[in-house]
Amino acid sequence: MSASTGHDVILELEDISKVYAGTVAVKHANFEVRKGAVNVLVGENGAGKSTLMKIIAGVERPTAGRILLDGNEVSFSSSGDAVSRGIGMVFQELNLFGNLSVAENIFATRELTNAFHKIDHKGQERRAAEFLEQLEAGIRPDMLVEDLRIGQQQLVEIAKAVSLDARILIMDEPTSALSAAEVEILFKVIADLKTRGVAIVYISHRLEELIRIGDYITVLRDGRITGQEEMRNVDTQWIVRQMIGSDAKDFAKDDGHQPGDEVFRAEEICLPRVTGGLAVDHVSLSVRAGEILGIYGLMGAGRSELFDCIMGRHSQASGRIFIDGKQVRERDTARRIQRGLALIPEDRQREGLVSILSVASNLTLASLSRFVSLFHIRGGAERQAVAQMVRELAIKVADPAQEVSSLSGGNQQKVVIGKALLTGPKVLLMDEPSRGIDVGAKADVFRTMRKLSRDGLGILFATSDLDEVMALSDRIAVMSNGKLTGMFDRAETTGAAIVAASALGHGPVHGEQR
Amino acid sequence: MTDIPAKAAAPSASSGSLLLTLMKLRTFIALIAVLVFFSVAVPNFFSAANLILMAKHVALNAFLAMGMTFVIVTGGIDLSVGSIVGLCGMVAGYLVLNGIDLQIGYTVYFNVVEIALVTLLVGILIGAVNGLLITRLNVAPFIATLGTLYVARGLALLSSDGRTFPNLVGKPELGTTGFGYLGAGRLLGLPVSIWILVVVALGAAYLARYTPLGRHIFAVGGNERAARISGVRVNMVKMFVYMFSGFCAAIVGLIISSELMASHPATGESFELNAIAAAVLGGTSMSGGRGTIGGTIVGAFVIGILSDGLVMMGVSSFWQMVIKGLVIIVAVVVDQTQRRLQSRVTLMQMAKAG
Repeated sequence: MSASTGHDVILELEDISKVYAGTVAVKHANFEVRKGAVNVLVGENGAGKSTLMKIIAGVERPTAGRILLDGNEVSFSSSGDAVSRGIGMVFQELNLFGNLSVAENIFATRELTNAFHKIDHKGQERRAAEFLEQLEAGIRPDMLVEDLRIGQQQLVEIAKAVSLDARILIMDEPTSALSAAEVEILFKVIADLKTRGVAIVYISHRLEELIRIGDYITVLRDGRITGQEEMRNVDTQWIVRQMIGSDAKDFAKDDGHQPGDEVFRAEEICLPRVTGGLAVDHVSLSVRAGEILGIYGLMGAGRSELFDCIMGRHSQASGRIFIDGKQVRERDTARRIQRGLALIPEDRQREGLVSILSVASNLTLASLSRFVSLFHIRGGAERQAVAQMVRELAIKVADPAQEVSSLSGGNQQKVVIGKALLTGPKVLLMDEPSRGIDVGAKADVFRTMRKLSRDGLGILFATSDLDEVMALSDRIAVMSNGKLTGMFDRAETTGAAIVAASALGHGPVHGEQR
Repeated sequence: MTDIPAKAAAPSASSGSLLLTLMKLRTFIALIAVLVFFSVAVPNFFSAANLILMAKHVALNAFLAMGMTFVIVTGGIDLSVGSIVGLCGMVAGYLVLNGIDLQIGYTVYFNVVEIALVTLLVGILIGAVNGLLITRLNVAPFIATLGTLYVARGLALLSSDGRTFPNLVGKPELGTTGFGYLGAGRLLGLPVSIWILVVVALGAAYLARYTPLGRHIFAVGGNERAARISGVRVNMVKMFVYMFSGFCAAIVGLIISSELMASHPATGESFELNAIAAAVLGGTSMSGGRGTIGGTIVGAFVIGILSDGLVMMGVSSFWQMVIKGLVIIVAVVVDQTQRRLQSRVTLMQMAKAG
């Protein structure tokens, strides 16, 4: 750790650990936040950054360890508690009320009231306007939040945090939806806050951004802090090295089989965004049988949206897709599944599983027609298929009639994968297949992917984990801001090249679309 | 193949599981409780004649409640069933009395079977309108079926100018006789309406359990997005449940008109509420995804026997309403408690399994 300090430490985390049911999110972390400086926190998805920040903001309580604020030990029982001690946070997921106005959002839970406890709307809007003016966002305080673009909503979130007058301000990926011009304004605001002595904790994936505005950098990997330095002493290589590390995760080995003919091709896929512009911007790619194509990109790069278009979930989407060289003209999900497409969605709970149904019913939900004669489900055939899938994917379940919600995250994910496999797909789309599952289950999932590719499936898998995409893919497509910004052969590329490609398309030329 | 782990987990939660089992059987326990109570409190309660009479009353609500169960399982609600009962009764009555005037000097009269089929078709069609409003025009089920509740009731009143179609015996020379069979006829000693209930209930239970459509109904109610991504044709499933609900309502319309040998346009007012009550009492979750046909039938019997029994005891109808309401509330409270207990037991098992 660097010894030289130009800034006082205001907040210190000592030996903090956080354990969730089944997984350890943060392990023995020591972290210092310095006054009047930008303290950067960086790490891959799932490294524990957000958990660490939620502990500081009082949203989560640490399982073990101490928090020292101004040298005194504190414990926050709620986020309100943390706010009252001058800690504010801009969350990664927007925490706004779409049905309320901008001003009402900024002053939510601490409304300005007059003597009769009536909300002083005029006063709130006047004060809100001052904060918004700082951000040069062109947002009127009386506008409804749901009418704003996502980027503007993010600015409202930032204005809300700034209005707290916090001594410590945590920003979790504040620029993920901002245009280049908006990012510049945000940086100006941050500089201003710095001169007022505010300690800023800044989380981002965009390395060039971090290097520009950071004063101190802390790198997290797998819940551990792997490096802590002053920013002026480090470069991109150092950051990547700390992020990725040298110890390899348990990725199944490539068995060296040769991919076959092209099994899937997408041409000129476009999806308009509700707020204008394109969420998926003329993406074309192809996959061969037995090939794993990794799609790397940051949050909001358009990976999930691309998969949604391919599955026919958006009627506004345009473009053509081909399976085995034949165009797929069916536009609805049900018939695309019959043509051999299957999706493993990113959000298991909301889109992958019917949580109140049994493991067995979930597994066969997409493929019931296989077990039906006339209109009767043949129980024996169904049970047999379920038992086989449970065995093949090593799903840990006592009885397939158990509700699927009683399984651990990793086993739930295997159920989602099993459901897709039972449809007998030719092309498998996997959106963040390893998100939120434990190490053992991850290894199982990766092994399954290898096996499926050996069996001749074409696999597209989207991830924002650099390790994963490098270890598993035969080829790597990089998406940024809805566009395909790079296509690499795994053997001939480096992590740095991929990270660089994932930051393209955010330039001022493409950034603003109104 | 999976007996061992299940047994190993059982003792750890045995005190909880006994309570849990009792709660799962709550509707049955309630049924036995009302039966025992009234057999003591009301003389002649267990006479064959009385039981058959009560069963005929219960059957009407049970039909509606079955249709309602499927609708609620998909996460919807059907408020229009009472009005469909009324309208379908009027359709049947009108066809028996007047036939269809072809405007060219001829009037077509249908026989009773054809009349029944046309009436069922009307019920299914109104259900289809509900389904289209909900799936194509994205109207919330509550609002869509509230609308058809008014429209169907209005049409029923218009069909006769608010009057009753009396005396539906039909004329032998027109071949329209025999309409009374549905309501008054008997087969092997039991009323025809009971037999129809048995057939429809078995059919519905089979559908729920052994067909893809049944599985899809539960999937749509459990998680519509996941169902859609899994290739379930969500709109078709929803169309079906509202059409089936309309079909059930049409059967009730036919049976009531046949029993009374008359069609009154106000028939079936507030029937939808009894149907919802029976479904909920039988364990159907208003948030969708949970419910069984068997449970709903038992629920309908509890409500029906409760109200008939109270009438026989001479309890005022005002008190009857209070009691019915309390029973429904208690049922839902027990249901919620059971869920909580269930999830706690599951968590304990998970913790035990590691």
